[in-house]
Amino acid sequence: MTPGYTSDEIMTVSAARMLRNGAICFVGIGLPSTAANLARLLHAPDAVLIYESGPIGAKPSVLPLSIGDGNLAETADTVVSTPEIFRYWLQGGRVDVGFLGAAQLDRYANINTTVIGDYHRPKVRLPGAGGAPEISTAAKEVLIIVKQSRRSFVKQLDFITSAGFLTGGDARERAGIQGRGPVAVITDLCILRPDPESRELTVTTIHPGASREQIRLNTGWDIRFSPDCIETAPPAAQELEALRALQARTAAAHGVVEISS
Amino acid sequence: MAQWASLSEAVAAHIHDGDLVALEGFTHLIPFAAGHEIIRQGRCNLSLVRMTPDLIYDQLIGAGCAARLTFSWGGNPGVGSLHRFRDAVERDWPVPLAIEERSHSDLANAYVAGAANLPFAVLRAYAGSSYEQASPHIRSIHCPFTGERLAATPSVRPDVAVIHAQKADRQGNVLLWGILGVQKEAVLAARHAVVTVEERVESLDAPPNACILPAWVVDAVCLVPGGAAPSYAHGYYDRDNAFYRRWDAISRDRERFCAWLKQSVLDTANFTEYQRVQEEWCRKEALR
Repeated sequence: MTPGYTSDEIMTVSAARMLRNGAICFVGIGLPSTAANLARLLHAPDAVLIYESGPIGAKPSVLPLSIGDGNLAETADTVVSTPEIFRYWLQGGRVDVGFLGAAQLDRYANINTTVIGDYHRPKVRLPGAGGAPEISTAAKEVLIIVKQSRRSFVKQLDFITSAGFLTGGDARERAGIQGRGPVAVITDLCILRPDPESRELTVTTIHPGASREQIRLNTGWDIRFSPDCIETAPPAAQELEALRALQARTAAAHGVVEISS
Repeated sequence: MAQWASLSEAVAAHIHDGDLVALEGFTHLIPFAAGHEIIRQGRCNLSLVRMTPDLIYDQLIGAGCAARLTFSWGGNPGVGSLHRFRDAVERDWPVPLAIEERSHSDLANAYVAGAANLPFAVLRAYAGSSYEQASPHIRSIHCPFTGERLAATPSVRPDVAVIHAQKADRQGNVLLWGILGVQKEAVLAARHAVVTVEERVESLDAPPNACILPAWVVDAVCLVPGGAAPSYAHGYYDRDNAFYRRWDAISRDRERFCAWLKQSVLDTANFTEYQRVQEEWCRKEALR
């Protein structure tokens, strides 16, 4: 039986559900922006979306292709300069939730978006830091949305761009980091949450149709499952409808099928 | 004091081989026309600074203008990699490119420090990341009052800042609005500033607190309508998202990039001719 939705759709819907109404959310471009805007259209109309280019309280009618699209500025409560967004609003401690994507992450939810291989002679040069190192530390908590594969879920990161729980346990607190860190990682297969003690990412809900075997095959380490692991609630018709309408509006506006990176 | 000039005069007068140059604009108002003129005039050995290198630095890097790059996010927004940037970093083509990497927060603070005539920026940054080990430019300092450890990074003080804005008046006072990025800070951190604008007006008619750069902090103002394309100018034209996607294919291959560069930039006299070539290119691509 086909479920009537894709694995990308359940990922985005599950991530959107994590954003509570009224939260002040610093939004990364791509998947986080899709999820945060979907949340705003569904259960979180009073969520405040902040983009690093300066818009505060952006309510874009279509998904932005770039972090500084004009639609973000036009629909925002206010637009401030880039230094101000990072100094007063993020570093100033005004952000509840940092919503991030990742090229790679490890079992402690540390993120790499910088290089594969040696930093000075990289095999693959990735885009780099952007706002993430400070979003991941200054936001009160962090949500991560990423497609799960052996390429993205790796045993050992070549570089930590943005801190998760570092080496686990209380390593994050010992490093003097203020924000609580990642509270959930949402993928196209499952939702992971940090173990309260070890802080290792643990599968807590599995999307309908995905199996433990499939999750293991798409993870570069010996992944743990919570003893209380349950099935993710499938997307409701209303959630799918809102997501598809948003993506259709976006495609019509930008002339693209999918905003994914 | 600002002088109205042609873009080729302004680049010839203010940007020299080996200079530290910041062409700023955060997705919005990226000074593409000025970047092309720098390529056309064959500038080399430049140290480039920019938060998001974007297509403009991909073009300058691919053209061999840059020896060094300071940046904080080097991708093609919404599309993927900057292939000319990657080719330079991964394979030294066309010339080796030394990089100094920062986070957005760091580089924004570094421009603020530069504008404020300070040698370094202090911020909460990089906690737990590998950047402190990877970069000699990211250090720390202890607060003299509380002892708290904070990140310290060198300020950015460009020889020349180049920005694009919506309007300037006869005297050369410049007005910009929308997403402002770090343009004001870049201009005030730099020794010289070149500004291209969409429109020359009698009066700016701006409300108090508008982002205005007075004529006396600007060296040259050039009238270049459309000069931020394929990025956008709020109130004038939209971002050319299709070109950003097309750039992925153009820039992926060295030969195709070189052909584009020759036809679009090197063999054109100015931005108006560039725009005509682009339109033709689009028509031909559409027919393929």
